[in-house]
Amino acid sequence: MSWQALALSVKLAAVVSAVLCGIGLPIAYWIAYSRWRWKFLVEAVVALPLVLPPTVLGFYLLVAMGPRSPLGRLWLRGFGHTLSFTFAGLVVASLLYSLPFTVQPFAAAFRSVDQQLVQASATLGVSRLRTFARVIVPLSYAGIITGLVLSFAHTLGEFGVVLMVGGNIPGVTRTVSIDIYDQVQSLNYASANQTALLLLAVSFLTLSVVYSVNRKVWAL
Amino acid sequence: MKTWRLGAVLMLISLLGWSAPGEITVAAASDLTFALTEIAHSFEQKTGNHVKLAFGSSGNFFAQIQNGATFDAFFSADVEYPRKLAAAGLAAAPTLWVYGTGRIVLWVPVGSPINLAKSGMKALLDPSVQKIAIANPAHAPYGRAAVAALKSFNLNDQVGDKLVLGENISQTAQFVASGNAQIGILALSLAVAPTLKDKGTYWEIPTDSYPLIEQAAVIPTAAADKTLARAFLDYVRTPEAQAILRQYGFQPPREKL
Repeated sequence: MSWQALALSVKLAAVVSAVLCGIGLPIAYWIAYSRWRWKFLVEAVVALPLVLPPTVLGFYLLVAMGPRSPLGRLWLRGFGHTLSFTFAGLVVASLLYSLPFTVQPFAAAFRSVDQQLVQASATLGVSRLRTFARVIVPLSYAGIITGLVLSFAHTLGEFGVVLMVGGNIPGVTRTVSIDIYDQVQSLNYASANQTALLLLAVSFLTLSVVYSVNRKVWAL
Repeated sequence: MKTWRLGAVLMLISLLGWSAPGEITVAAASDLTFALTEIAHSFEQKTGNHVKLAFGSSGNFFAQIQNGATFDAFFSADVEYPRKLAAAGLAAAPTLWVYGTGRIVLWVPVGSPINLAKSGMKALLDPSVQKIAIANPAHAPYGRAAVAALKSFNLNDQVGDKLVLGENISQTAQFVASGNAQIGILALSLAVAPTLKDKGTYWEIPTDSYPLIEQAAVIPTAAADKTLARAFLDYVRTPEAQAILRQYGFQPPREKL
């Protein structure tokens, strides 16, 4: 079993869910409360990674990161190397890939907050930002934990996109799912099984946390 | 009257001998994508039978056949997989058809500052090279050959941290063709294939710097139509089919197994 690959996956998943928390909160807030007529278009874009096969996302990312795309050229000029085959590249890819897993639970939680409380806060002259931080977020903790745990778990189990833009570099882009795939390909079924079992256990644990939080098994 | 009877008997015999066009499903390594498609097409035109082709990684097909996939024939880029199937009693006799050996090349996309003809293997040390794409040596035969070649040119230590690994040789080609890696070690069969031919230039790595990449086919015991599969495998060894294989960069088999 490759602990290096597992550690890398955990690191990737932690970085991705932390960043997603930062960008997911405002996006989800906007989706929950905006009255813009064309809002559904943004919702559709956010949900796209749920539907698109990882090959489509991976293929576009590979082309976008390459030196022939404007974005890729810009990155190359700024950093001296392409974004593909790097840890940063995997983070960017995973942010896109796991975005709906963060934003959708966040937005659902925000929408279900009692609007009278939000209005009461506004009536008392509290700013929107403070209302968000002091009223909406505390009342949405279950949805926020769900979103973070799901994006963490989803990134941990990511395979197709990493395969297409990662390049399988040990310690840099060889994540645990790629490692399992390699083990199976090399006919090391016993070793593959060990890692797979561990991943299965971690995934089960993660999902149990999500459901227990939502059922309020433990009062937080 | 007698001639009528004779005619009826002859007709009956020919009817019995006539068989409906068959269909076989063939699993093949992705380095064969172009060559085998062409060979299957000419086999179909000659015999009226239908050949369905599935291309992918040899290791995947091996695992699938082990677990009961019913391919009629399996063309592996690595002779080891058919050998293992035969050892496990999963191959129908006669067991192995070695149909060719693969070769590896250095490949750079159009617009690369590297002149492969001039620099040869030294191209890998060119300052413009940040990433070198090879197939994963852990399970892809072309990847193993690539690493062997790097070692025999004593380049392994100098380029080790620049290697990116493709899942199979086609994905490796994708890494270089998209410009994400600046140079790659690919199968000659892909470098001369229509999709890559005009997109870059290649340089053949001397064959004495890496072990033979033997390609072999096998008929799994679970095959539905072994007779037709055998006919197809025999066809692949005809001079006609071998010419197509050669055209796509496969050398004729050097030894019989």
